[in-house]
Amino acid sequence: MTGTCSITLDVNGVTRTAEVEPRDLLVYVLRDQLDLTGTHVGCDTSQCGACTVHMDGRAVKSCTVLALQAEGHAITTIEGLKRDGGLHPLQQAFWEKHGLQCGFCTPGMIMTAADLLATNPKPTEAEIRHALAGNLCRCTGYQNIVAAIQAAAAAR
Amino acid sequence: MATLFGSGIKRREDPRLITGRATYTDDVKLPGLLHAAVLRSTYAHAKLGKVDVTKAKKAPGVVAVFTGADVKDKLNTVPCAWNVPNCDLKVPPHPLLAIDRVRYVGDGVALVVAESRAAARDALDLIDVDYDALDVVVDPEKATQQGAPELHPEVPGNVAFTWKVAGGDAAKAFAEAPVTVEQRIVQNRLLPTAMEPRAACASYNPGTGQLTLWITSQNPHIHRFLLSVMTKLPEHRIRVIAPEVGGGFGSKIPGYADEALVSFASMQLGRPVKWTEDRSENYKATIHGRDHVEYVAMCGTKDGQITGLRTKVYAGLGGYASTAAPGIPTILHGLMYSGPYTIPNIEGTIYGVYTTTTPVDAYRGAGRPEATFLLERMIDLYARKIGMDPVDVRRKNLIPKDKFPYTVATGITYDSGNYQGALDKALQMFDYKKFRAEQAKARKAGRYLGVGVTTYCEICGLGPSQVAGAVGFGGGLYDSAIVRVYPTGVVRAYIGGKPHGQGEETTFAQIVADEFGIPVENVEVVAGDTEATPQGWGTYGSRTTAVCGSAVKVAAQRVKDKAKKIAAHLLEASEADLEWQDGKFAVKGSPDKGKTFGELALMANVAWNLPPGVEPGLEATAFFDPSNFVYPFGTHICTVDVDPETGEVKILRYIAVDDCGPQINPMIVDGQVHGGVIQGLGEALQEMVVYDEDGQLLTGTMMDYAVPKASQMPKVETAHTVTPSPVNPLGVKGVGETGTIASVPTLVNAVCDALAPLGVSHIDKPLTPARVWAAIQQARAGGGGGGGAK
Repeated sequence: MTGTCSITLDVNGVTRTAEVEPRDLLVYVLRDQLDLTGTHVGCDTSQCGACTVHMDGRAVKSCTVLALQAEGHAITTIEGLKRDGGLHPLQQAFWEKHGLQCGFCTPGMIMTAADLLATNPKPTEAEIRHALAGNLCRCTGYQNIVAAIQAAAAAR
Repeated sequence: MATLFGSGIKRREDPRLITGRATYTDDVKLPGLLHAAVLRSTYAHAKLGKVDVTKAKKAPGVVAVFTGADVKDKLNTVPCAWNVPNCDLKVPPHPLLAIDRVRYVGDGVALVVAESRAAARDALDLIDVDYDALDVVVDPEKATQQGAPELHPEVPGNVAFTWKVAGGDAAKAFAEAPVTVEQRIVQNRLLPTAMEPRAACASYNPGTGQLTLWITSQNPHIHRFLLSVMTKLPEHRIRVIAPEVGGGFGSKIPGYADEALVSFASMQLGRPVKWTEDRSENYKATIHGRDHVEYVAMCGTKDGQITGLRTKVYAGLGGYASTAAPGIPTILHGLMYSGPYTIPNIEGTIYGVYTTTTPVDAYRGAGRPEATFLLERMIDLYARKIGMDPVDVRRKNLIPKDKFPYTVATGITYDSGNYQGALDKALQMFDYKKFRAEQAKARKAGRYLGVGVTTYCEICGLGPSQVAGAVGFGGGLYDSAIVRVYPTGVVRAYIGGKPHGQGEETTFAQIVADEFGIPVENVEVVAGDTEATPQGWGTYGSRTTAVCGSAVKVAAQRVKDKAKKIAAHLLEASEADLEWQDGKFAVKGSPDKGKTFGELALMANVAWNLPPGVEPGLEATAFFDPSNFVYPFGTHICTVDVDPETGEVKILRYIAVDDCGPQINPMIVDGQVHGGVIQGLGEALQEMVVYDEDGQLLTGTMMDYAVPKASQMPKVETAHTVTPSPVNPLGVKGVGETGTIASVPTLVNAVCDALAPLGVSHIDKPLTPARVWAAIQQARAGGGGGGGAK
């Protein structure tokens, strides 16, 4: 596993290059090479969703994407979600509604929620809870996460 | 200025967390950083033969490989720090890497250090280990039986301790009681599953002899001490930094071998070394929770007066005694057998038992959920046997509100309470009578609705240091704060606790801002760095607000006392003539003539004109040691709809009425309750560690261990009563663990209530559809579910 190759991808609107092994996962390239440590690793079986980022506008678990697969694609991480220098409405809503405690799952939660609201701008509570099936939180009991997503949807 | 205490302001922590700008331990990068990986035993119990690292050492990128033989003379073993007295506790040595035997799947065998994370992982596969398999035992009750395989030569029969609690005369009570109920209860073993796995990053500077360790820690000062013991490096050469910590739930209290090993590697290699476990490693190598087999009996009168409780408990400890393990099923469990009730006669025997499994230690609630569960479960069985409503039985036995402070049969004294008040409030929100009518109607229609009502109290706010010493806790249980005022009137509070999601950077800022009459934005709270913060004992046992928050309050009061002296001097008035109003000290009767906190901060720090004998500067340190624990309480109610064909449990409503005294930030309090309740419902409904007969962990990944998901869990309706504690200046009690303590019996009692007409009296948790369905089948065949009340 010593061979590496160079990939070029758009990360948060900036063209970046990285030297990767074929087996390298996108999440480790983001964290270790591109210094974007807001994306977290909470499991090794694609359950927890802490590593969720956007690839071409859709939520993906970056622990389940090979870095090579991201070649030429546009990646948005939690660091790139800000709007006009301010907070994204979901970030604001998570803050307002106490939608986080330890914060470890939060970037992935927000990225998943952003994908949900992009495809379903006015989701029901059941739809929100269903959409979070791939994102685990151990602190909040989800209640205020759901409230935050509802608030962000209402504010649109 | 409006008071901030009691205001649900947004958290100060959040901006960095919601933007990806927080620094967790695995985010730390240092020049020359090496990466470590631990080879872990694949056997639950085996003699360890040759560990051949020759090939691994030659692998690309590998810098060093260490085995048990390499480190055993250079490092000490992993200490157990809660040496509970009077129970013949046996703590065999726990080597940092296995030497001649492995005792659980996940026990460390070798450490690889390499230039990259991947290189370290790759090299693990190149280590050849000779294992000679031994018999295993994963069940704590079976481990005590004759012929069970023994883990440690110095612990015959695997019993690490036999601890007893007794009050009143239980033998007499049971002999005389007209009614007795008995039940075997299994407290399912759980995985704490903090979303951030454990990590450690060590940097040793050979030039200064100083070690800096970034670590996922709930208690950096305790980790500094434990690390000092394990590495033999003096405590003053060690700096422990717990940066952002992604949840703990108890699993980041203990000292583990791993952080000592990366420290040792850094000391040996002169380069920084980082280790981060992945989730499947976390499930094997990080402590587990609960794991009791309990035999419980309750006795009482035919009209609902409980007269006695008796237990025999086999508490699994795993392969070794983890840091706080002996104290969990004893001090934090057995002493709480009276719960909120006036049970006059109590007798308990707790066996701590070594098994060939991952070590068990504190997990959210730690001993108290188990105590509350067995008590509440037994009350429902007792109520059913005497044909009395379970709420009426509880009400009849609650400690009256005018009896506090109240000493229970186990010998501890509760600080304050109004248990009836919380029960009344919950019943009011719920309309119990209406539900019972609906339930009766539904039963006729073949629907099985049930209700569980838990009245609980718990011990937290750990605690007086003198008591800590008396019960063998290897440290103090006071906490600390430095409140430092800068010349410009802004403030930093350096605290001994280490919040990791509980929001004390906000709530403690509220305390300080209130004291000084300044905006909350002018206060920063600093935690987690032993270089900056005074000796503290960490965040666990719902202690941080009650103990460390009180230290913040006392330190702020000391600062204010000094500011008052300076104000009196500048105003040429006597201190007695000054009053504090609207953020300034002014002479009584002339509020216009005063000195604001900001002016006093400047004058104190520049020291141009101080009163005689007053030193420059404006800061104070406080070490607060409470006079007692605090005992929060409440009533939780849950209703369920159980499908008798599939065994599926649907939660209809969940109501939590908790009393944690006055609330600094109600939004944060509710968040703690939500999270705790859902975590408890996970335990009640779906979470369980499963080992197979070879001691292999079958629930070894998140694919197999059922952490609750958003779609599986209900909304929690919260409400509160407010009964201040007399044991700290804020009057506060803890609320971090009440949810996991109260919710488990509430759900299980609701399900057993629903299935009462079918003859089900008890089902062991978690109440998976398969278990509920099986209990229904068994009851229909005349067996009373998973074990009936006699």
